[in-house]
Amino acid sequence: MTLPGDGKQRYNVVELMTKTPAETRILISGNEAAAEAAIRAGCRFYAGYPITPQNELIAYMADQLPLRGGVFVQAESELAAISMLHGASAAGMRCMTSSSSPGISLKQEGISYLAGSELPAVIINVCRAGPGLGQISPSQSDYFQSTRGGGHGDYRTIVLAPATVQEMADFTYEAFDLADKYRNPVLVLADGMVGQTMEGVGFDHLPEPHPPAKPWALTGAAGRPRNLVKSLCGVLADVVKFNEKLMHKYEQIAQELHRCETVDCEGAEVLIAAYGTSARMAHQVVKDPPGALRGKLGMVRPMILWPFPYEEFASRAGRLRGILTVEMNAGQMIEDVRLGVEGRCPVHLLPRPGGAVPTAGEIADKLVALFT
Amino acid sequence: MKNASATGGELIRGRPECMTELVTHYCAGCGHGIVHRLLAEIIDELGIRERTIGIAPVGCAVIAYDYIDIDWSEAAHGRPPAVATGVKRCLPDRIVFTYQGDGDLASIGMAETIHAANRGENITIIFINNAVYGMTQGQMAPTTLVGQKTKTTPRGRDPLTEGYPIRMCELLQGLEAVAFLARVTVTSPERVREAKRALTKAFRYQMDGVGFSMIEVLSPCPTYWRMTPLDACKFIEGTMTKTFPIGVVRDVGEERQQKLQGERRTKT
Amino acid sequence: MAGKAFRVRIVTKYCKGCGLCVEACEKGKLYIDRRPNEQGYMPSAVRDDVDCTGCQKCAVMCPDAAIEIVRLPATTAGASAKQ
Repeated sequence: MTLPGDGKQRYNVVELMTKTPAETRILISGNEAAAEAAIRAGCRFYAGYPITPQNELIAYMADQLPLRGGVFVQAESELAAISMLHGASAAGMRCMTSSSSPGISLKQEGISYLAGSELPAVIINVCRAGPGLGQISPSQSDYFQSTRGGGHGDYRTIVLAPATVQEMADFTYEAFDLADKYRNPVLVLADGMVGQTMEGVGFDHLPEPHPPAKPWALTGAAGRPRNLVKSLCGVLADVVKFNEKLMHKYEQIAQELHRCETVDCEGAEVLIAAYGTSARMAHQVVKDPPGALRGKLGMVRPMILWPFPYEEFASRAGRLRGILTVEMNAGQMIEDVRLGVEGRCPVHLLPRPGGAVPTAGEIADKLVALFT
Repeated sequence: MKNASATGGELIRGRPECMTELVTHYCAGCGHGIVHRLLAEIIDELGIRERTIGIAPVGCAVIAYDYIDIDWSEAAHGRPPAVATGVKRCLPDRIVFTYQGDGDLASIGMAETIHAANRGENITIIFINNAVYGMTQGQMAPTTLVGQKTKTTPRGRDPLTEGYPIRMCELLQGLEAVAFLARVTVTSPERVREAKRALTKAFRYQMDGVGFSMIEVLSPCPTYWRMTPLDACKFIEGTMTKTFPIGVVRDVGEERQQKLQGERRTKT
Repeated sequence: MAGKAFRVRIVTKYCKGCGLCVEACEKGKLYIDRRPNEQGYMPSAVRDDVDCTGCQKCAVMCPDAAIEIVRLPATTAGASAKQ
């Protein structure tokens, strides 16, 4: 009996990788690179739901994870998937889910629970235009949702912001180590562009994973006192104590985690602040600035959005004529840049909301209009 | 009727009045096209265009509202029965229907579907079952057949890890408030006429205040089944109907109609 | 059906060449044309040398509401065989 779908796959990524010699790069999409990196990081449980523009990731996981000792579940919804992660994480397993903006909205309650239960997990958001159903085109309009904590309560998620397909792989790999180290959910905030673009990517530099021991995990109370995974605190004093514990944890993370790319910031009078795909576009302008800004233009690209690298802006604000924040949204990261400069220099916005990508020309024109 | 024949003679069948002029984005041979046309014909024939409100899904039919010229609302994925509840409870004399695919209705929206049915909301749910997620390019659906290959069941749906296809009409059958559940298909002219009769009945039940109806339509998906439109129709008849039998699953509509008529008589 | 005749008209703008009408027609009056329409599909086309019985099965199947059925006036029934 012939069933629908019988027949050849479009291509088999893993076949490609086993055929090429070690230390070469293969041409795949950011979504697939993230999936492969997750498996190499020891991810052994993935639950997700189809949504454009991250479907390549879930398809890759469906194909590969069961063949490499892991469990794949297509959940009934994004809401179910985040609770499946809650279970897998509580059981001590490295686990991941992925979605795009509307699906990430569905996951917010579950992420709050993960943070409140101190459970490690990796969540990938391949951001698309909103609000509502929006469009499938790339966007950066989930910055607030990601860095302010889109769910309820006082918690934070570490937010990594890849700009290239290689960073999709590298940051996803690292997300698992960070999640386990701090016992906290980690968000990889991509966008539809870096998710679906294909670039050369290598994986052989990623080491064998060494997840830490998890004595707190629910494996059955054999030979030890029982473990409880919960976020409910019965007594008021306990709630206060627990929230203070989280506060201190986030202060510790803010001191320890800092990653930024700086380009030509030495002696710059004007800075561009951008992350992800916006930074890819801005990079072209920094490499080849408009005449009047030659030698005077630099760029700060945060690669970790929470904790935000305020000091990169604070330390330079006094010497700057101004900063142009370039974002694929209506203006979100600009608020953090303003916090960083503390009023000591003007901060301007080039917004591209609704799924548009700024061109190098647009960025250059805006710089000229503002600063020359 | 639109497009009146230029060369004399009487146009006895043409494009329904309430269909817009747009060429649809659906693939050649897609079942959505047939059901959209039937809906438009029914709305014209029952004369309810000005009091009908449709709730569109997330799926291939996400822009169904571009093709039938009535009031429509979008809904978050899976939530049309909840949105329909909001509309119908506020405007009970309007005709409210949802139009949903298998992911929308039976996966993410499973709870909304069951509870709208259980509350006996006086709405009509049109369930397009093509056993795959089309819009997101071919993943497993709750109604995907055992052994069927999709992007998330690359080795074929395995009941041990993915369970079995869900028969939604049978699932809702045990809910007392439900009035009418029927499964139809659109694979041949006879089947299409049968489907139109079932859909018409469901709308008439709503107009008479009889309660919740759902019509499940087994629908060809030539693109993600990798078949010609004709073979897709044959596949439904030959294979899919073995898992999803065609027919009426529950119909207490007539008893309720009589009861309601009796009550109206005693009131006057 | 003495004195009655029917015409089928394909509104090619809507037709996607799915072929369901071709299959549905009992008389084999429809076929897939070799000239594409403005969308790039090969639309259905009508054979003039076959009589339409007005069964409407083609229009009933059409997913794109691209088919019109016309009932010709009785007086031209004799001439309709050539149309």
